[in-house]
Amino acid sequence: MGRKRTPEEYEKTVSYRLRQWLDGSRDPFLGRVEMKPQELFVEPQELRDRREEDLERIHARAYDMHSNTRLQKFHHFYQAFSVLFCLILVLTLLTAVSWLPTVGASERPVNNEVAARYIEKGLQETGSVNIVTGMILDYRAFDTLGESHVLFAATCTVLILLREDKKRGRAREDASDRLYEPKNDLILQTAARMLVPPIIIFGIYVILCGHLGPGGGFSGGAVIGAGLILYLCAFGFAKTERFFTAKTYRVMSFGALACYSLSKCYSFYTGANEIESVIPLGTPGAILSSGLIFVLNICVGVVVAGTMYTFYCMFRKGGY
Amino acid sequence: MELVQNFPFFSIILALFSGPLCSILGRRAARWVNTAVISAIGVMSLMVLAFTIRLGDSYVYRMGHFPAPWGNEIRVGQLEAWMAVFFCVVMLLSMLSGRRELEREVEESKQNLYYVMIGLLLSSLLALIYTNDMFTAYVFVEINTISACGLIMIRENGRTLEAAMRYMIMSLLGSGLLLMGICFLYDLTGHLLMSNIKEAVARLEASGEYRIPLLVTICLMSVGIAIKSALFPFHAWLPDAYGYSTLSSSAILSSLVSKGYIFLLVKIFYRVIGFDVIRESKVVNVLFVFGILGMILGSLFAIQENNIRRMIAYSSVAQIGYIYMGLGLGTLAGVIASLYHILSHAATKSLLFVAASGLTDVSDGRKDFWGLTGAGYRNRLAGIAFTVGSLSMVGIPAFSGFISKLLFAQAAYETSHKMILALVALALSTILNAIYFMKTVIRLYTPAWRAGLTVADARLTIRDQPLKSAMLVCFIVLNLILGLNSEPIVRLLLEGLERFA
Repeated sequence: MGRKRTPEEYEKTVSYRLRQWLDGSRDPFLGRVEMKPQELFVEPQELRDRREEDLERIHARAYDMHSNTRLQKFHHFYQAFSVLFCLILVLTLLTAVSWLPTVGASERPVNNEVAARYIEKGLQETGSVNIVTGMILDYRAFDTLGESHVLFAATCTVLILLREDKKRGRAREDASDRLYEPKNDLILQTAARMLVPPIIIFGIYVILCGHLGPGGGFSGGAVIGAGLILYLCAFGFAKTERFFTAKTYRVMSFGALACYSLSKCYSFYTGANEIESVIPLGTPGAILSSGLIFVLNICVGVVVAGTMYTFYCMFRKGGY
Repeated sequence: MELVQNFPFFSIILALFSGPLCSILGRRAARWVNTAVISAIGVMSLMVLAFTIRLGDSYVYRMGHFPAPWGNEIRVGQLEAWMAVFFCVVMLLSMLSGRRELEREVEESKQNLYYVMIGLLLSSLLALIYTNDMFTAYVFVEINTISACGLIMIRENGRTLEAAMRYMIMSLLGSGLLLMGICFLYDLTGHLLMSNIKEAVARLEASGEYRIPLLVTICLMSVGIAIKSALFPFHAWLPDAYGYSTLSSSAILSSLVSKGYIFLLVKIFYRVIGFDVIRESKVVNVLFVFGILGMILGSLFAIQENNIRRMIAYSSVAQIGYIYMGLGLGTLAGVIASLYHILSHAATKSLLFVAASGLTDVSDGRKDFWGLTGAGYRNRLAGIAFTVGSLSMVGIPAFSGFISKLLFAQAAYETSHKMILALVALALSTILNAIYFMKTVIRLYTPAWRAGLTVADARLTIRDQPLKSAMLVCFIVLNLILGLNSEPIVRLLLEGLERFA
């Protein structure tokens, strides 16, 4: 038998609050969610007049098809030409594809000694059970080195374009960050609290087991990046900046890329000069195996996760 | 293996590594690192050049423990080493001469990112020069595109953002076509390594299989690279990108970035497909026609232009036309002429951009011709440098442009059916070049009081901007070296091209 509760105790129970929420007498968001409504944009009359005048003038000069016959002709020519061009391009490519070697046939030129060695000797030469990882991070590691720098270059370009460095701009961005995203959204926070740890742990698993099964630095890094973005959406910049700032990103990506460059430097140098490499390949299938691939996967993962998170921050606020 | 043979690989990695390193440094340290890295790579490439000349052949450097068709490799010969040395020199001079503009025009906190981009760009150029693998080439083409885009838009104003947008769209279209070409080629040959592809293509050519896809592949790759290097109908992005970005960017983009792609095209012609197959496929004739159109129309656009930097940019369209015309001749002499023009145009165009910025500095920053009246008196060294660049572009003897025009004419003379067209286009384009460059030079040396104008009365002497002046002198000397000492350079290119494939 349950004991009798006082009304105060009863009001604290889950079932009471649930019932209140159901019949609408209590809103759990009230007093918690901070949302800044957008201000109505009112354009000053003078500015508006000038804008409309400019627009009319531009239209009259550039887009008035009736009086500008040259433009009219060009417009027609352009439309006809672009359709024709696309048709020709499509036809050419389709014809070319139809003449390519049959897909799946055994005598295709692609089925040659290159692919054969990757499949037959990949395991013993790279120590990686996952042949794809062995190929991109050992046989053709130079390409992947370039590829991770492509990501880095892309991040730097986005930083150039979107990072707001002036003090006033920073303050404005901080203030407008809450225009679209409510703060302390209970549902999102609860979901994130449950989902973010498994997502990040899964990402780490995908990275660490990249040489044993499907996965690797690129996919695992993307998973971790997604987890970080979800955390940021739920808890805001104040929480994430405790562990992830612009400086963290810079040091992290520098560390990862430097580690990648240096370790590959060693392996290229020893390979080209026919020096025996001292890095053991280990037992295939064990977590600590396949030599440098394990380290490189972690480096790539760090770079990819940082890149994704940085892109999101830049597009949202122009800073961390 | 000797230590010096490792240097090409060291220089690629060093340039690549300098990118992330500059991103964590402050702007001063980043600038220092960048200058040191470019100089070090220049010195290393010079040593490689000396080594390859002594070796008398090119050598293959294995990137890793696995031999060629399985792993990556790079291939180094004297042509590649010479290009690397030259690119480093031009890049160093452009970076040093644009330093003050960079500090003025780029936000202080983003200046280190500029050096990141330069490091990555240099590494991609080196990789395009040295690589012996189509897919590696594609990866570094990507780095090249992205970092060039960053270099254009780092001066954040409306014109450069728009220019970067255009550049991105056109350049990605080019990359896409190139990638499609590489996929086709892989499907047809089963290889990504250049020498293996060439063997396989020769087999296909002998047996007559897959003729149509092979032709489409050649077209896709040529068109993709032509778009990326701004051959005539694809030049719309170029004037804004070169005309409004910060000085070092303009100089580097016009003199190096497009040339890296053209070098890749030469590599595809010689080392991947084989020059005979290319000639058979008649793609060269298409390049020839568009090259000639570019030579003439680019000059006409330049004549109409009233902004000095955009005029120089349109002149680049014409010069790229020259290079493609040379490749389109389909002879060894034509390719040599094109390679020489790559050098001469790189040295001259960056000189012109730097000199033009020196002239606008003394004209209240005005770039139109009225504002520039008499600027040659106000900044004497820049005036002289601009005159030297103009004379070289027009093709006056003793300057580098003369030699390349001579080589083009000689190469055209050797062909039968293309001779008349090439020579007429060369003559016509030279006259048009002379019109707009001499117009500018005359304007620079017209005293403002005689023209009845009130213009800026700023004056700059060598002492006011010592670094830029020193760089201008270096550029002039480089131009004279190319112009007066062409014989060993042409011989070097010729021997290098023989050992290229």
